[in-house]
Amino acid sequence: MNHEPRNLVLAKSPTGIQGLDELTGGGLPKGRPTLLCGSAGCGKTLLAMEFLVRGAVESGEPGVFMAFEENTGELATNFASLGHDLKALAAQKKLVLEWVHIERAEIEETGEYDLEGLFIRLGQAIDSIGAKRVVLDTVEALFSGLSNTAILRAELRRLFRWLKDKGVTAIITGERGESSLTRYGLEEYVADCVILLDHRVEGQMATRRLRIVKYRGSTHGTSEYPFLIDAGGISILPITSMGLTHEAGTERVSSGVSRLDAMMGGKGYYCASSVLVSGTAGSGKTSLAAHFAHAAAARGERCLWFAFEESANQIIRNMRSIGIDLAPAVRRGTLRIQAERPTICGLEMHLVTIHKLVNQFRPQVVIIDPVSNFATLGSEAQVKAMMTRLIDFFKIQKITALVTSLTAGGTLLDDTEIGVSSLMDAWLLLRDVQNGAERNRLLHLVKSRGMAHSNQVREFLLTDHGVELRDVYAGPSGVLLTGSARDALQAHEKAQTLVHRQETEGKKRELTRKREAVDAQIAVLRAEFEVEQAEANKTIAQDETSAGVLAGDRVEMGRLRQSDTGAVRKATKRKEIH
Amino acid sequence: MNAKPRAGPARAPRAQSADIWNLRLYVAGQTPKSLAAFANLKRLCEDHLKGHYTIEVIDLAENPRLAKDDQILAVPTLVRKLPQPVRKIIGDLSNTEHVLVGLDLIPAPSATA
Repeated sequence: MNHEPRNLVLAKSPTGIQGLDELTGGGLPKGRPTLLCGSAGCGKTLLAMEFLVRGAVESGEPGVFMAFEENTGELATNFASLGHDLKALAAQKKLVLEWVHIERAEIEETGEYDLEGLFIRLGQAIDSIGAKRVVLDTVEALFSGLSNTAILRAELRRLFRWLKDKGVTAIITGERGESSLTRYGLEEYVADCVILLDHRVEGQMATRRLRIVKYRGSTHGTSEYPFLIDAGGISILPITSMGLTHEAGTERVSSGVSRLDAMMGGKGYYCASSVLVSGTAGSGKTSLAAHFAHAAAARGERCLWFAFEESANQIIRNMRSIGIDLAPAVRRGTLRIQAERPTICGLEMHLVTIHKLVNQFRPQVVIIDPVSNFATLGSEAQVKAMMTRLIDFFKIQKITALVTSLTAGGTLLDDTEIGVSSLMDAWLLLRDVQNGAERNRLLHLVKSRGMAHSNQVREFLLTDHGVELRDVYAGPSGVLLTGSARDALQAHEKAQTLVHRQETEGKKRELTRKREAVDAQIAVLRAEFEVEQAEANKTIAQDETSAGVLAGDRVEMGRLRQSDTGAVRKATKRKEIH
Repeated sequence: MNAKPRAGPARAPRAQSADIWNLRLYVAGQTPKSLAAFANLKRLCEDHLKGHYTIEVIDLAENPRLAKDDQILAVPTLVRKLPQPVRKIIGDLSNTEHVLVGLDLIPAPSATA
């Protein structure tokens, strides 16, 4: 048995339905019947038909739809509204619609019978186009048309066996029962794969959900997955099925505010990253978003803006007041503002709307303003799951996403409503601080994955030419000063500087003056000294002269007296000693 | 289920009209059930509609396409094509009274009870 595991791998038949193939790991079990159960109006027929149509169109597997409840005309009409032309498919021999009508009032039962007629019809339909897929919708109608349940059960068992033998991939739909999956216990016969659809109303919001109850021989997603039906058919969004395998680029895009870019190493956000801008009411979230949108438009990129609070015109008008003109981009068609109230539909519908629009519009930038409004649509876990899904989707699509989130007053600033901050690559926290009689706006880059970024808290202003980050102005104690306090301190410091400068200059002048005084004194002293010196010299000269004269006189006298010169020398010597 | 408060020994009132009864019996192959159904039908018609009926036997095993037209699911199925409206009786026709009720040859028991 275990020799060749490859043979044991279950072959699967892709449904082509967005999300369902992800959940089932490739589709429904090939060549086996699958039970699709759910209450009335939950989308059984639609899912089953989509399985056939997509099989016929995308997988080249023709299909038979055996309808017990609607006739072929009704089916064709119903599905035409979903864009499926059943009649054309039938004409191309890709689809057979077989209407089985049982009217109890017309039928009398007497004695033994079997459902060979049904088998023959089904066999005929399958063989006529070589069908690989079969839908029986819903075979339980037999129970209301025929009364002998013992025969019916035996025949159903035989039918499912027969379908397996035929090798067709079948969907058998069944109405949800009170205590069992189906009203007539069809799950007893169809044991390979059971899918349950559900349509519940929670908080006045109807949500369709799908759950794979069982899938023999295959792994599958086990949770309840929301799905929805719209003009394009069924889409299921398996929130958890997405892998974290998206690529990470190194390109950067400007935030639209150059000084904010400067805080992020001068280059702005990473491409395909997700940016959260959170803040209290009126802290400038939308303005930052508008900058980003405007910058995207300037780069020639396409931008899709989901507005949940303001209409497109309102945004354009308001942003014009701070000097950001979004109107030209809207006119060019590179910016699309999709405004709707978040309560218009449930979370899943939003998710799918966003998906659809993104796929249609192919933007490089998506803005969701604000994402916190989703919080009213589901529990925190649901919203977070949805956001995870959304952000993963954006990343895979290489879309740079900027989402804003409103922080309610009084809560912790770092506490985003819906706990999405951990999902985000960059987080800008905006806040209002009150000091004195004014409130000022502050911006802080809480995180920015994968880049060196400024850790400063910055004050910013909403000017008539957009968001303007001010110079960091920390007061003497290192506390960031904002608004008029900053201005006041700035003025004060300016005054002080002036005084300082004046004082310094005064000192300088005094010093000069002193030096001049000293110099003057020195000059006077020098003059006096020179006078004294001159006098002294004069005296010395006189003295010397007179001494010379004296000596000369004495020599002359001696010469005249013929005296002993030695006596003269003695006399002079004595004088010197003196 | 089969309580039969019969309105007398109900030898049929030879229907409402003397028109030809057009009956069609769908079977799938020569199974015991289909053979029994044909035998039962033949006997019943001889008893109640002698000279006023035609029976057409359709073997779906040979003509599978024909099952669609008369919305045949179960076999054997007897279809009263004429007189209108169309009536269907499924099974081997072993319960004569049910067949007669089904063919409108006698009134339904519950209606008279």
